[in-house]
Amino acid sequence: MSDRLAVRKTYKLYVGGTFPRSESGRTYEVADSRGRFVANAARASRKDARDAVVAARGAFGKWSGATAYNRGQVLYRVAEVMEGRAAQFADEVAAGEGLSATKARAAVDAAIDRWVWYAGWTDKLAAVLGGTNPVAGPYFDFSIPEPSGVVAVLAPQRSSLLGLVSVLAPVLATGCTAVVVSSLDRPLPAITLSEVLATSDVPGGVANLLTGDAVEIGPWLAEHADVDGIDLAGTSGAVAMELERSAAGTLKRVLRTTAEEPDWTADPGLHRMTPFLETKTVWHPIGL
Amino acid sequence: MTFFEYAPAPESRSVVDVRPSYGLFVDGEFTDGQGAPLKTVNPATDEVLSEIAVGTDADVDRAVRAARRAFTRVWGPMRPADRGKYLFRIARLLQERAREFAVLETLDNGKPITESRDVDVPQAAAHFFYHAGWADKLEHVGLGAAPRPHGVAGQVIPWNFPLMMLAWKVAPALAAGNTVVLKPAETTPLTALLFAEVCQQADLPPGVVNIVTGAGDTGRAVVEHPDVDKVAFTGSTEVGKQIARSIAGTSKALTLELGGKAANIVFDDAPVDQAVEGIVRGIFFNQGHVCCAGSRLLVQESVHDEVVAALQRRIGTLRVGDPMDKNTDIGAINSPEQLARIRELVGIGEAEGAHLWQPDGDLPERGNWFKPTVFTDVSPAHRIARDEVFGPVLSVLTFRTPDEAVAKANNSLYGLSAGIWSEKGSRILSVANQLRAGVVWANTFNQFDPTSPFGGYKQSGHGREGGRIGLRAYLKES
Repeated sequence: MSDRLAVRKTYKLYVGGTFPRSESGRTYEVADSRGRFVANAARASRKDARDAVVAARGAFGKWSGATAYNRGQVLYRVAEVMEGRAAQFADEVAAGEGLSATKARAAVDAAIDRWVWYAGWTDKLAAVLGGTNPVAGPYFDFSIPEPSGVVAVLAPQRSSLLGLVSVLAPVLATGCTAVVVSSLDRPLPAITLSEVLATSDVPGGVANLLTGDAVEIGPWLAEHADVDGIDLAGTSGAVAMELERSAAGTLKRVLRTTAEEPDWTADPGLHRMTPFLETKTVWHPIGL
Repeated sequence: MTFFEYAPAPESRSVVDVRPSYGLFVDGEFTDGQGAPLKTVNPATDEVLSEIAVGTDADVDRAVRAARRAFTRVWGPMRPADRGKYLFRIARLLQERAREFAVLETLDNGKPITESRDVDVPQAAAHFFYHAGWADKLEHVGLGAAPRPHGVAGQVIPWNFPLMMLAWKVAPALAAGNTVVLKPAETTPLTALLFAEVCQQADLPPGVVNIVTGAGDTGRAVVEHPDVDKVAFTGSTEVGKQIARSIAGTSKALTLELGGKAANIVFDDAPVDQAVEGIVRGIFFNQGHVCCAGSRLLVQESVHDEVVAALQRRIGTLRVGDPMDKNTDIGAINSPEQLARIRELVGIGEAEGAHLWQPDGDLPERGNWFKPTVFTDVSPAHRIARDEVFGPVLSVLTFRTPDEAVAKANNSLYGLSAGIWSEKGSRILSVANQLRAGVVWANTFNQFDPTSPFGGYKQSGHGREGGRIGLRAYLKES
């Protein structure tokens, strides 16, 4: 046992590919599942959320315009880097969620595999959700799915890594960019995931992670005119309803929350991607 | 510059038998509504056509209960192939009675008979025919081996394509196994009520389709009824937002098809005559009462004068007047309220400094009319370049480069449709790729087909109608 004094980490936000503190200067204490102090995390503010939206909007053109193959490789690279951090993730998940080391490691493995699963979807969506349309006339007519734009993701409160990955990866796979608000009480895996994103090939601004309270930041994102969609997974009840009402003001695409946090190990299907995909249909005459 | 005068070629209205009053169609029968009745008027003549029942909350509740009963007892348990057969029957009945529907649509809506005859009614029949075939193939829509219907669908439709919008809503809902409570627009209920007769002739089980007429309050009652599982709305963005807000916190599924301000982009290599025909079809089809109308013409600067001159020459040959005349190109504005809105926005356009042009010629004395109108010298900040006019009013803007065209086209809260005119294939595909719009017509405009998904980006709504993607909105994953 070494008597070396550990170098502790300062936990920060991840916005536009950089790690700022909250502009508000606010932090909050994060405790493990037994109530012991773990860290002071940044408590993101309205301004941080707005900065993150600007970063996400700025990154949207290039990310959505990348080839599906390229996007798939970039996302797969995230899984590769996660694998190297698996032990760190497992420690954080075990401490935060109060899981045994074995169960925590299983959750981390499932999260990495989930990321791989979504990475493989980027170049399949157009075939599964689009196609040519046999219209009754001399026209070539086809439909393709396209990403909606900037999506605010209120990550699950309980499942701090597998749940987080299960809501973030589908948004990125569609070609949308994301502003994520982490679990309030269990933010450490989100912070580590931002370090993974920063050291893989995901362009800055494509995924922005804010630690803090979705109840506080959610309303700003729900009404923000430059946010195109919102996943309410990390909220419930009256808060979720109020966010949905607010999102209606700019007709955002809304993915509703469920009464109980779902079993994140279940087969995800397409339903976390389809709400943030538009269908574009193009017509052209056929003739000489 | 008329070489020949057209002799009037009026369609006979004797084919329709408009009753003096209509009730609500609930549980397979026409019944009285409890609200104060509305009058529906021919917008081309101001003639009152009929008196229409108005559904109250209680009437809507009765309709929803009938739909729920039919869903639970009859339509839900029915063999999918049999559901399909009912839809095939309806498609055929629409074709058999096509002339009647077309005349009635034109009388109630004011659109030219050629359009109701050649577009609205055939499209409505095609939607039923297309979706009929889906009824026993739902395992192939991509929602698992046994996708389930939502239950009762509450549907609210607009006045611009009354029967066609009914078909876009009712056909996929029924094919997926839902039952329906439909609220037609208050100014155009007649073809929906004739459709109720078609349901009777098809022996469609009572309660599968319920039609509750009325105005905004009736629509709100349908949308907000707690036993409605799926809401589908076509109409204004403002009402769409209210609906999205009102169903927040419920488990209701929602699709919205809302307003638009489509850019129709003409590049300098486009064949001008062909583009002009497309511009005319884009903005003057159905008096411009089209959510996907090509109301913002973006012309490359070098061909602006040539295109505008050709366009004005062509507009000078359009015939505005009696919708029942088969020579008519532009019919009546659907209501005095809509006419007032068009006049208001056109007045704002002039006040903001855009240059207004209208062809010579007189308009009929009775009824609601507005001349085809072209604004030039329009800036992107003008209200007529931003707001949906929903009338025969075109705003012309210019651009120099493809990038500028895309930026201007996308500079809108809406994103329903767009047009591109160019002879260069790679340019068309590149621009189509960059446009944030749900439907892009290249070297054509305002084409529709039941196999082809339709719907918008951004504040033009969400969800699609048509095709496999459109059908999915009426199903839940198994």
